[in-house]
Amino acid sequence: MADTATPAQAGSGETRRDFLYLAAGAMGAVGVGAVAWPLIDSMNPSAEVLALASTEVDLSPIEVGQRITVTWRGNPVFIDHRTQEQIQQAEAVPLDDLPDPQADDARVQQPEWLIVIGVCTHLGCVPLGQKTGQSRGEFGGWFCPCHGSHYDTSGRIRKGPAPLNLPVPPYEFTGDTSIVIG
Amino acid sequence: MSEFQTNSRVIKWIEHRMPVFSFLDHSVGRSFPAPKNLSYLWNFGSLAGLVLVIMIVTGIVLAMQYTAHVDYAFNSVERIMRDVNYGWLIRYIHMNGASFFFIVVYIHIFRGLYYGSYKAPRELLWMIGVVILLLMMATAFMGYVLPWGQMSFWGAKVITNLFSAVPFFGEGIVTWLWGGFTVDNPTLNRFFSLHYLLPFIIVAVVVLHIWALHQFGSNNPLGIDTKGPQDKIPFHPYYTVKDAFGVGVFLIFFAAMVFYAPNYMGDPVNYVQADPLATPAHIVPEWYFLPFYAILRAIPDKLLGVIAMFGSIAVLFILPWLDRSPVKSGRFRPIFRIFFVLLVIDTVVLGFAGANPPEGTWLLVGQIATAWYFLHFLIILPLLGVFERPKPLPTSISEPVLKGGGSMAGATTTPMEKA
Ligand code: HEM
Ligand code: FES
Repeated sequence: MADTATPAQAGSGETRRDFLYLAAGAMGAVGVGAVAWPLIDSMNPSAEVLALASTEVDLSPIEVGQRITVTWRGNPVFIDHRTQEQIQQAEAVPLDDLPDPQADDARVQQPEWLIVIGVCTHLGCVPLGQKTGQSRGEFGGWFCPCHGSHYDTSGRIRKGPAPLNLPVPPYEFTGDTSIVIG
Repeated sequence: MSEFQTNSRVIKWIEHRMPVFSFLDHSVGRSFPAPKNLSYLWNFGSLAGLVLVIMIVTGIVLAMQYTAHVDYAFNSVERIMRDVNYGWLIRYIHMNGASFFFIVVYIHIFRGLYYGSYKAPRELLWMIGVVILLLMMATAFMGYVLPWGQMSFWGAKVITNLFSAVPFFGEGIVTWLWGGFTVDNPTLNRFFSLHYLLPFIIVAVVVLHIWALHQFGSNNPLGIDTKGPQDKIPFHPYYTVKDAFGVGVFLIFFAAMVFYAPNYMGDPVNYVQADPLATPAHIVPEWYFLPFYAILRAIPDKLLGVIAMFGSIAVLFILPWLDRSPVKSGRFRPIFRIFFVLLVIDTVVLGFAGANPPEGTWLLVGQIATAWYFLHFLIILPLLGVFERPKPLPTSISEPVLKGGGSMAGATTTPMEKA
C-alpha cells in the first residue's frame, strides 16, 4: 500500500484507518458490555426472591409496651407497641440532636406503632432490645452490640458509628390491627 | 550451571517437541542459579506453594460431600465430620490449612519487608505477591461462610455490608453481592462457586509471581546482587533439599495442630448454625483478619474506616516507591531495623485490638496502632530513605565469608573466586 500510494492518499488513508480502529474498538467495547450485562445482572435478586416481598402481621395480640420481631425479605422487622411515655420521648427530641434528622411523626403512621427494619445501619447486625432484659442503649430504643450504636424510641441513631436511622419498611394498615409489610 | 542434559531417549524425544524438561530445569533445577547465602526465611515461598496444593486437594474432596444450601450446608459439614470416611481429617486439614497458609505467607511477607525484597528490580514481583494476598483473603473469607455457622453468617453480613459505605451505589452493590435483601441462599451459592474458582486463579498468579522471580532471581539476606558464579549455587540439589527439609519441619507443626488442637484457631460459635435473626454477642473474624478488622473499627466513620482498611494493603502495593533507600537489607540499616521491629509489634497489637470489643482502652490502642501503621509506611520509611546512614555493604556475597573464614573456607573458595 505505502509503496503505491501517493503522499496525499497515504495521509487520508491514515486518518481513515484511525477512524476504523476507533470505530471497531468502540463496537467491540459495546459488544463486550452487552454480553457482560446479562451475566452481571443475573447476580441481582431473582424474580422469586422479589416475589417473597410481603409479610402480613396481626397486631392484636401485642400489648402496649411489647415488642415483636417478624421477618420480611429475610430481615428482622421490629414492631414496637409504644407506650405514651415512649412516644412523648421520641417526639420531644429536637431535630438538631439527631445525626440523621427525622421527626418522629415522619417515621410512623400511627404513633403507638413503630415499625422499623431491625438491621443496624452500620454493618448489618441485629440490635438488641427486642427481648426483656436486653440492653436498650442509652436512649431507651435499641442497642447494637457489634460496634456500639444506640437508637432511640423512634429507632433513630443517636450515638455510635451507624450513620442512619433504622429504616422504616413500606407498610400499610389493612385494618385497625393488621398490617402488610412490603 | 550447565545446560539441560539427559541420556533418556524418551525425555529427549519429548524435549525436542516441547522443551518442558529444560523449562523445569531452568525453574527449579540445576540451571537455576540461586544466591548461596539464602537463610531459612527463604523457605516460606515453597511452603506457601505446598499449602496451596494441600488446600486445593482437600477442597476438591470436601466439595464432593458439601451441599451449598442454607438448609443443608451446616448439616452437610457435620456429616463430613461424623459420617464420611476420614471426613474429620480432610476438613481439619482444610480448616487449619487456611490458617497455616496465612502464617506462612505473613512470614514470607515480613521476610520481604526486612530484606527489602520489594525494591528494584523486584517491584512487580512484590506487587504480584500483594495481589496473591488479596486473592487469598477473598478465598478464605468466602470459604469460612460455607459451613453456615453463626460466625459464617454474621462475618459475611458485616463484611459485605462494608460495600454499603460506597457513596450513591452502596445499597445497589450490596444487594447485587447478596442476590437478595440479606445474606441468604443466593449468597451462599455464589460464594461456593467463587471459593472453588479463586484458588485456581491464585495458581495462575503464582505462576506470574515465579516468572517475575526468575527474571532476576532471589534476593538474599545481604540484599546485594550476586556478582558472578562464585556467589551462586544451583537450585537443584542444594535448595530443593533445603526446601524439602523445610517441608518436613512444617508438616510436624501442621500435623500437631490438625491432630491435637484442630479447633484451637477457630471460633466455637461457628459450630452453632446460622440464625439470621440473632447476632452473636461478639463478632470476630478469623485470626488472620484481625489486624485489618482493628483498622476498620479504629475509625469511627464508616466510609473512612473501610478506606483505611483497604489502604492498609494499598500501602504495601506502593511500598517500592515509599522506601527510597538504595540499601535493601535491614542488616545494614541500623534505624530501619528498629522501626521494622516496631512494625511487627504494631501488627500484633492490631491483632489483639481486633480481637477485643472496640471500647475503652482497646479502642484507643487500636487507634494508636492504626496511626502507627500508616505513619510507618507513609512518613517514616520515606524519611529514612533520605536521612538514615546505612552501614557499609560487603562488596560481594562471598566477601564476608572469605574474610571471616579460617584456612578451610579460604582453601575451598579460592578456586571458585577465580572462576
Ligand atoms: C486458597 C486456597 C483455599 C483456602 C485459603 C480455603 C479456605 C477455606 C476456609 C477458611 C474454609 C472454612 C473451614 C471451616 O471452618 O469449616 C473452607 C471451607 C471449604 N472449602 Fe476451601 N479454601 C481453599 C481452597 C478450596 C478449594 C480449591 C476447594 C475446592 C472446591 C475448596 C472447598 C471448600 C469446601 C467445600 C468448604 C466447606 C467445607 C468446610 O467448611 O470444611 N476450598 N475453605
Ligand atoms: S453493626 Fe451495629 S454498630 Fe456496627
